[in-house]
Formats: sequence, structure tokens, C-alpha cells
Amino acid sequence: MYPAKFDYYQATSVDEVLSLLQQHGEDAKILAGGHSLIPMMKLRLASPAVLVDIGQVADLRGFSTVADGSLRIGAMTTYHEIADANTGLDALTEVCSIMGDLQVRNRGTIGGNLSHNDPAADLPAVALALDAQLEIRGPSGERLAPMEEFIVGLMETALAPGDLVVAVRFPPSGPASGSAYEKFENPASGYAICGVAAWVRRDGTGRIESCRVALTGAADYAQRLRPVEEAMMGQQAGSEGIDAAAAKAGEGLQFLSDIHADDVYRAHLTHVLTRRVLQKAIERAQ
Amino acid sequence: MQVTMTVNGKSYTRDVEPRLLLVDFIRSELALTGTNIGCDTSQCGACTIHLNGKAVKSCTVFAVQAAGAELTTIEGLAGTGLHPMQQAFWDKHGLQCGYCTPGMIMTAVKLVERHGGTLSEEEIRHGLAGNLCRCTGYQNIVKAVQQAATEMGGGD
Repeated sequence: MYPAKFDYYQATSVDEVLSLLQQHGEDAKILAGGHSLIPMMKLRLASPAVLVDIGQVADLRGFSTVADGSLRIGAMTTYHEIADANTGLDALTEVCSIMGDLQVRNRGTIGGNLSHNDPAADLPAVALALDAQLEIRGPSGERLAPMEEFIVGLMETALAPGDLVVAVRFPPSGPASGSAYEKFENPASGYAICGVAAWVRRDGTGRIESCRVALTGAADYAQRLRPVEEAMMGQQAGSEGIDAAAAKAGEGLQFLSDIHADDVYRAHLTHVLTRRVLQKAIERAQ
Repeated sequence: MQVTMTVNGKSYTRDVEPRLLLVDFIRSELALTGTNIGCDTSQCGACTIHLNGKAVKSCTVFAVQAAGAELTTIEGLAGTGLHPMQQAFWDKHGLQCGYCTPGMIMTAVKLVERHGGTLSEEEIRHGLAGNLCRCTGYQNIVKAVQQAATEMGGGD
């Protein structure tokens, strides 16, 4: 299978990427790891006239710590590199170890994944639960977008034409906190039929004092489960209140219904996986 | 556009269309046909090669993206004798029709290099999730990787 013809540019700096995007406007598409874009191009679901390859932009790779203590991960850092990096963020390590397969994890990038915003991708849920912020550069300068504002809808993000995600920032998890990711996947594609990520922090008595839970795969786009988060406040590990909180996972949600799973099944999975992921995150929050 | 890359230790320069897939560059331009095209949709792993030391599916990379890179294909794996992974697939009969074998071996080599001799069966099965055998002969493939892991040892 062959994509339609395109012009190819290999950029070596962020400035060069931005100027190429300006120059070619809506005809241009950014090529990161390519493991969503290239298959779409081969199926002719996407036929960009211009590809701007950012694979050789060294500034877009690697890890650093920014002034507020957040971990900054360059947009072109691969899942494998993140899984191996000992970031101290359990859910992030976990998701980067199971997404796709070994070969895909060598190519897929954190910036590409989040920019693509596939409704069944694992990473958006984890980025939401870990309160990630995206560092974006574009024609209007540089800005930070919290993950929740970045996701606008089904495969739709807050990226404007000419924008590039240059890094993703994760605040430190903090003491007495833990995070986890649980998914039920399509056995053929590995994509999440339902995936839930959670981050919790416990107070001195062991009760939950802060909590973020996010869902992917089961609705139009990844999103926080606020009714669950609110119901988790003050809960103790092992208490029945955790199941009661998890039962609120479907509140206000319109679940997807397709050949892989209907809405009733996805609602059930969401409840079960929310309970499991909360228990796992709490166990890790020691 | 012109691309140069090193494949199995030898440098090649070719003039290619940007949309030429790396797997077709390897097979058609360089006549190295050991790398197979299976599904052509990045599922099956038959086209797995090593790109700058990482196992990747060459049906989902454009040749131009690999400009300046070092590649190893199944033809470049053996030294004077078979690579321990190739020998293990032979010894354990880790193939039936053989179509998935080059990709299986290229992935398995990197899997063992990553985990070393302590690789568990679960890690092998998880690590080979991106390589499909339609003869469904996974049992002997896992045994072959276990044998090679013991011989190769090492790891991070």
C-alpha cells in the first residue's frame, strides 16, 4: 500500500519546523514517530501534500526538570525511552511499557500520541490523571496547555494551525501518592476498549486527600471522571466506599457503542477498571 | 531525493521517492529479500529490522526517514556461523512455514539484549506481541527464544 505523493522536509530545529509549517499552511502535516500517520496515509485516510519530519530535531528529545519541579519530556521521546527512564510516575512507566508492541514502542512518541488524540489511545488518560501540561510553540509564541484543555473533542485538540507540541510536563507525584493504569484491550489491535488511569494522594491517616481519575477508549475522547474523584475524598484503603466511588464512573457519560463493545458493556468495564485502578494506585501510595 | 544509509555494514546511496517505504527500499532497491512484507499495516512484524539498534517495523517507516541511519536486516545477523537466535530457532523448530521467522528473530534478538538471560516466558510472550505467526507455532518460538536467551546472557 502506498500513500499519495507528498513533498518531504526533514527539519533539524524547532524554528525550522515552525517556519515550514507557516510556509505550507494546511497542506503540511508533522511526521513524528509516524505510527498513526503513516498507516492512515497508506490507507489514504490522510493525504497531506507536505510532510515535515521532526525526527532529527535533537531539542525535541529527552528529559529535564523545569523550575517548578515538573518533569519535562521532549515531544519526540519514545515510549520505550520513557518506560526506561525511571520517571517516578508509575502510571506513565506502566502505560509506556504496554502500549502497542515492542517495535511500536521504539517509534511512537509522547508528543505524537497526544497530538493525534485517538479516542482509544492509552496515553491521554494517563496524562490527564497525572495532570500533564503541554508545551506548545506556534505562530503566536509559546504557551502551556493543561491536558484537559488540550483535548477538545474526538481527535480534536487545542492545537492551532502552525502549532507544534514541543514537550509534555508532569508535576512531581509527591509523597504518599501513587498512580496506575488499567485497560481492557481489543485482542487484535491492542487499542483500549476501555482504559482508566488514576492518581491518588493519602494524608497522614492514610485517607485519600487528593485524587484524579481519567477514562479513555470508552467515550468520544479521554476525560476526567469527576464524580469518582469527589466520591473518593476521605476514603480509606480497602473500604467499600471505593467501589461506591467507582460506580459513579458512568455519571454524565455517553459511552461508545461499536462492533468491539456496546455501551452497556463499556459502562460495566469502566466501573470494574475504575475500582481496580484505584485500588492499585492506593497500594502504591505508601 | 537522495538517501544514504548503512545496511549490514555496507553503505548504499539511492535516489528515492519520499513515499518509498523502508521495507521496499530494502527489498527492491537493495535486493535484500530476507525481510518480508506480511500485513503491510504495522500489525504482523514480518518486516522487523534493526534501525540504529532498535527493532522497528520497516513497513511503517519511509526510507527517507532512515537517511544516515545504520540498519541490520536478517541477512546481516549471522557472523561466521548462525547467530545464537537463528541457531535456537533451528534447534527448537521455531518455525513452520517460515514467513514470520526473519521478523521474529530480529525482534527476539533485541528482546534478549534488553532483558538478558533472565527473560521469563511471560516477558517473551509480551515482547513478541508485535510479531504474528499464522501457523500459530508460538510454543516452539518461545522455547527457541528461551534457549537463545540462556546462550546470549548479558542484558541491562
